Amino acid sequence: MKRSLFHDFIKGFVEENPTFRLVIGMCPTLAVTTSVVNGFWMGVAVIFVLTFSNVFVSLLRKSIPDDIRIPVFVILIATPVVIVELVMRAYLPAMYEILGIFVPLIVVNCIIIGRAEAFAYHQPVLNSLMDGLGIGAGYTINLMVIGGIREFLGTGQITIGSVSFPGTPLFEPAAVMLTPPGGFITLGLLMAALNIAVARSENRKKARRAA
Amino acid sequence: MEVVAVILGGVLINNFIFMRYLGLCPFIGVSRQLETALGMSGAVIFVMTFASTVTAAFEQFILVPLGLEYLRTIAYILVIAAFVQLVEIFMKKTAPGLYRALGIYLPLITTNCAVLGVAMLNVRNSYGILMSTLNGLAGALGWSLAIIIFAGIRERWKLMDIPPVLEGFPLALVSTGLMSLAFLGFSGLFRNLVK
Repeated sequence: MKRSLFHDFIKGFVEENPTFRLVIGMCPTLAVTTSVVNGFWMGVAVIFVLTFSNVFVSLLRKSIPDDIRIPVFVILIATPVVIVELVMRAYLPAMYEILGIFVPLIVVNCIIIGRAEAFAYHQPVLNSLMDGLGIGAGYTINLMVIGGIREFLGTGQITIGSVSFPGTPLFEPAAVMLTPPGGFITLGLLMAALNIAVARSENRKKARRAA
Repeated sequence: MEVVAVILGGVLINNFIFMRYLGLCPFIGVSRQLETALGMSGAVIFVMTFASTVTAAFEQFILVPLGLEYLRTIAYILVIAAFVQLVEIFMKKTAPGLYRALGIYLPLITTNCAVLGVAMLNVRNSYGILMSTLNGLAGALGWSLAIIIFAGIRERWKLMDIPPVLEGFPLALVSTGLMSLAFLGFSGLFRNLVK
């Protein structure tokens, strides 16, 4: 069965979106999304780790014995995590401080071991590469969207580098959005909003079929 | 005084679920019934406490003398995985009753980010072996408190009329957010005690 590489890439955005459809990898989704930039760098770290582990799990899939595959996956995941940690500490020390323990905790992010187990262990290398890039990119977009909402409501503007938009806050910012409760509530309501959108589009499809 | 601060900090002020966002997957996954929540809590308290001891000892006696701190992440995850496996084998032989009660929850714990998280926090706060153990215990108690309260709330949902769009994860997250808001109140309580 030949699967399309493009489909393996694109499915991470909607069909198998890690946050909203598969609901995995929740801890960093909430913990680091206090701004767009934090979400972006966390996402980049996850893309690297996920792609690396997917490719190597797929390369070695014929020689990994079934019984000890989980410990092997863990080592294949921990290696890129250490690489990310060291690179980040060297070149982005400020971001490394902000993301804190959530950089080493990528090791236990269920997205990564989940993709190794459910996808890379059974699929060819190229497909696994595309799967890693796609799911990782989908996850990054989620983190940036959630981060954007929380940053905008919590500080009144969105700051990327030294540029803020809009220049002055439009309203009295609600600092609670930057605290943990704000994170939980934002994600919960975002999921509810998506459910409404999905239900609407299904209704419309049904109506069209009936007509 | 520091002991009190660590315990209060772990259980209430820096609660693992509500303030630190650690261990959310099992928190939402196994909180449908009070009974499973209690089982998971038992396993987490046990593993988190002793995994803190083991990783702190590993840090002090192996990683630091050999100058291998940069391998901490790999080393810790392997130590924790091996420890969980060991506990499982040991419990099966010596405490079959307890093993049956906790059995299915134990393997899940390796991927509970609270366990690796507390080990990393211990290093960041440069706690010794004893303080690490205490911090692990306090964190685990806080985690258990959160999941037990939450399981109680979820059991009540069964009697309620919930709008279909909110059912499941959205409502779980919003409720957790509201509980977290309540726990935010603790942060001001002991300001002089816990930094």
